[in-house]
Amino acid sequence: MSTRRVVITGVGVLAPGGIGVKNFWSLLSEGRTATRRVSFFDPTPFRSQVAAEIDFDPELFGLSPQEIRRMDRSAQLAVVATAEAVADSGLDIQTLDPYRVGVALGSAVGATMGLDQEYRVVSDGGRQDLVDHQYAVPHLYNYLVPSSSAAEVAWKVGAQGPTTVVSTGCTSGIDAVGYAVEVIREGSAQVMITGATDAPISPITLACFDAIKATTPRNDDPEHASRPFDGTRNGFVLGEGSAIFVLEELDSARRRGAHIYAEIAGYTSRCNAFHMTGLRPDGLEMAEAISVALDQARINATDIDYINAHGSGTKQNDRHETAAFKLSLGEHARHVPVSSIKSMVGHSLGAIGSIEIAASVLAMAENVVPPTANLHTPDPECDLDYVPLTARDWPTDTVLTVGSGFGGFQSAMVLTRPERRPL
Amino acid sequence: MSATTVVTGLGVVSPNGLGAAPYWDATRAGKSGIGRVTRFDPSQYPARLAGEVQGFVAEDHLTGRMIVQTDHMTRMALVAADWALADAAIEPRGLDGYDMGVVTASSAGGFEFGQGELRKLWSRGSQHVSAYQSFAWFYAVNSGQISIRHGMKGPSGVVVSDQAGGLDALAQARRQIRGGTRLMVSGAVDATICPWGWVAQLAAGRMSTSDQPARAYLPFDADARGHVPGEGGAILVLEEAGAAALRGARIYGEIAGYGATFDPRDTVGGTGLHKAIEIALADAGLRASQVDVVFADAAGIPELDRAEADAIGAVFGPRGVPVTAPKTMTGRLSCGAGALDTATALLAIRDSIIPPTVNIEPAADYDLDLVTGRGRPTPVRTALVLARGYGGFNSALVVRARNPHATGPQAGPDHTERTR
Amino acid sequence: MTARQFTLEDLKRILIECAGADEAVDLDGEILDEGFEAIGYESLAILETGGRIETEYEVCLDEAVLSVHATPRELIAAVNELLTVAA
Repeated sequence: MSTRRVVITGVGVLAPGGIGVKNFWSLLSEGRTATRRVSFFDPTPFRSQVAAEIDFDPELFGLSPQEIRRMDRSAQLAVVATAEAVADSGLDIQTLDPYRVGVALGSAVGATMGLDQEYRVVSDGGRQDLVDHQYAVPHLYNYLVPSSSAAEVAWKVGAQGPTTVVSTGCTSGIDAVGYAVEVIREGSAQVMITGATDAPISPITLACFDAIKATTPRNDDPEHASRPFDGTRNGFVLGEGSAIFVLEELDSARRRGAHIYAEIAGYTSRCNAFHMTGLRPDGLEMAEAISVALDQARINATDIDYINAHGSGTKQNDRHETAAFKLSLGEHARHVPVSSIKSMVGHSLGAIGSIEIAASVLAMAENVVPPTANLHTPDPECDLDYVPLTARDWPTDTVLTVGSGFGGFQSAMVLTRPERRPL
Repeated sequence: MSATTVVTGLGVVSPNGLGAAPYWDATRAGKSGIGRVTRFDPSQYPARLAGEVQGFVAEDHLTGRMIVQTDHMTRMALVAADWALADAAIEPRGLDGYDMGVVTASSAGGFEFGQGELRKLWSRGSQHVSAYQSFAWFYAVNSGQISIRHGMKGPSGVVVSDQAGGLDALAQARRQIRGGTRLMVSGAVDATICPWGWVAQLAAGRMSTSDQPARAYLPFDADARGHVPGEGGAILVLEEAGAAALRGARIYGEIAGYGATFDPRDTVGGTGLHKAIEIALADAGLRASQVDVVFADAAGIPELDRAEADAIGAVFGPRGVPVTAPKTMTGRLSCGAGALDTATALLAIRDSIIPPTVNIEPAADYDLDLVTGRGRPTPVRTALVLARGYGGFNSALVVRARNPHATGPQAGPDHTERTR
Repeated sequence: MTARQFTLEDLKRILIECAGADEAVDLDGEILDEGFEAIGYESLAILETGGRIETEYEVCLDEAVLSVHATPRELIAAVNELLTVAA
């Protein structure tokens, strides 16, 4: 087996209420929420009218009018987050062999916003079944196949190595980074630009989550609508955003004196093979993913200092996840702080896994654990330490971050400081 | 030393044949499945031909519960997966769920299902959108549904890299086998032959506007004028070689090498594809001279055909290797193509025949040894499969015959050391 | 004006449209007091069915009757109660 060790040396984030790593961390560490009534369109007809939106002007980030026109919002977010991550890494990609630099970008729903808008145009507001190609925008194919967003990222940085989108629903943001780790470990790339993006706040997405009552109907109090682990939780709040990382081998990162945020010491994905949207309450498969990720990292359960939970705020998820932590970590589950940043930035589907990895490495950098906002009412079935309301100063060397997604995907990743790992 | 990955089962859904055996019979014989679109009335569109899967009746294979919640492409993928497992003589329910994973490729998800729900949304209101929309459209749907159907709980995933995705999925599945998973179901089945998908594909400007099925999709021909889209693909069962041998499985061949690159914006040169081929051959520990056939991506667009011919020529020399494009009989299946070509390559190895590229008159200046007209009987030990995705994705996959006596990892350079 | 009625036959029709007729489920059997899960319908099937009833009959159903543990009798009664109010 390969002994290549993979580390994160650059981070870029575009999250609701947190454009850029600095603002993102301020939001989290201050326990502020970025959820609000949907402003992108009139949400009145919808059951859930709340979302975590980014006030994002692509022009301010230097995207040209052409780029703005051809890219769906999800691709725009990724390209902007990429620029921050690459600058942060201090890596001059132009000096590398471009075939040794790849891209793995997570996304659950691709160019949904663009597709929704353009469908409305070519179908004349849904009136025509045989939609009219003469009204189609020239870049419609880029919306059809979301690998276009990975292409945009690769072009932006000059990557010519293995490039793809990883799309495993709401675990995409973990799985894309896990994919990138595997590509570096096997020697197929030296540097991977990875992370995830999604911009799903469109009528079709709201409607489909309305139909399965997965999103919260707490429309009268948008700022406090996302309530993971709280006894009054009644669904998640849709979000959007992107987090991008520069991944490279530990040895080369050390040689160039790079700042190392964390080593990705363990990653696993499992499937529950149970239901496309439902979760069994026992959390068995997520527990298995966590255990295997810990084995791979050669880290004991008791060494985990913080768990960044999936914590979507649905009844089912938070119970499922709590059970999984108990099953995989045993007694330690009761002693380790667990929190869900979805309470503040919402659930950006495929992107959130990467945004949560970003939160995890920032927690390590600051030795501060972000809180779970809006957690006031205990739920007897969710009885761990969820760091309610306020961030906590906490020595954080090793973080477990997990995700759970439609299709049954369960993913776990262990992040640690390289010097903490006995090898 | 990495585990060796072998293919032990094939499930094929193709415009010219439903099931691996009918598909292979048709393909060897040069029988095309391209015709006028029947799934909707294409009269008003500039392109009207497609490779549609014929005779697929979902109700014959799937329950009503499954049919209401799935797009056409998911139904075909589920059936292809069933057939692949049956072909491999695998009864998944008898195995440990964590020992089996699913990695598929997607390009546009369940686009036809999505079209129906978008129509309901904009014509009737959001309350009319289906509960199934939350996953029937999304790209992960086939992996999720296959996993649930067969109790597969191991490492799974989905890759999206347009037409290159089919090969990228097989490579990712091989990574999981190398990581210790015993069995993977992998490949891709794709379909976007619905008005909304058609219009989105037209926007890329690469579709043929010919109405003559035998003159519409002519890769490497002087009359190349775009491609005909198709639907379908293949699902394969991949196993760790030792485990497959232990259970006495019939082995089609080994996934021996893989390479992927990406092109800079607005370039159509063959440099990236050339590089991907070199990486795949090095990964397989093979010299170019050991490759018996190349399954081309075959874009059917002159500058893209030129780029591919240049890449093949740079590696193998002028007319240095037989090249074929059986997709001239099916149309381009988007991410289904790489998986179907891989299945075809394994059948070519089994039966020592290279299936033909139909309808084309090779343009002399490409300097390719194209297998045209009828299949070419010849021993095939090693095949190279190429796939390119819109935007610059290049993937290359090497499959080779498996020495029936070898059970463990094969001798050769350690995969992980090849690029050092 | 007399209230519209929602019958077992209506429910069966909508269940088949929305959830498919699974070979294993005998909708003509005595199903009125079986939980939906017991007669072969999981959560999505019930949500889809509930959504269809809501749009077709212009009612808004309580989440409690859209559970896999609810029975057809309970769902039918809930719809009819809302129809009476609406009328």
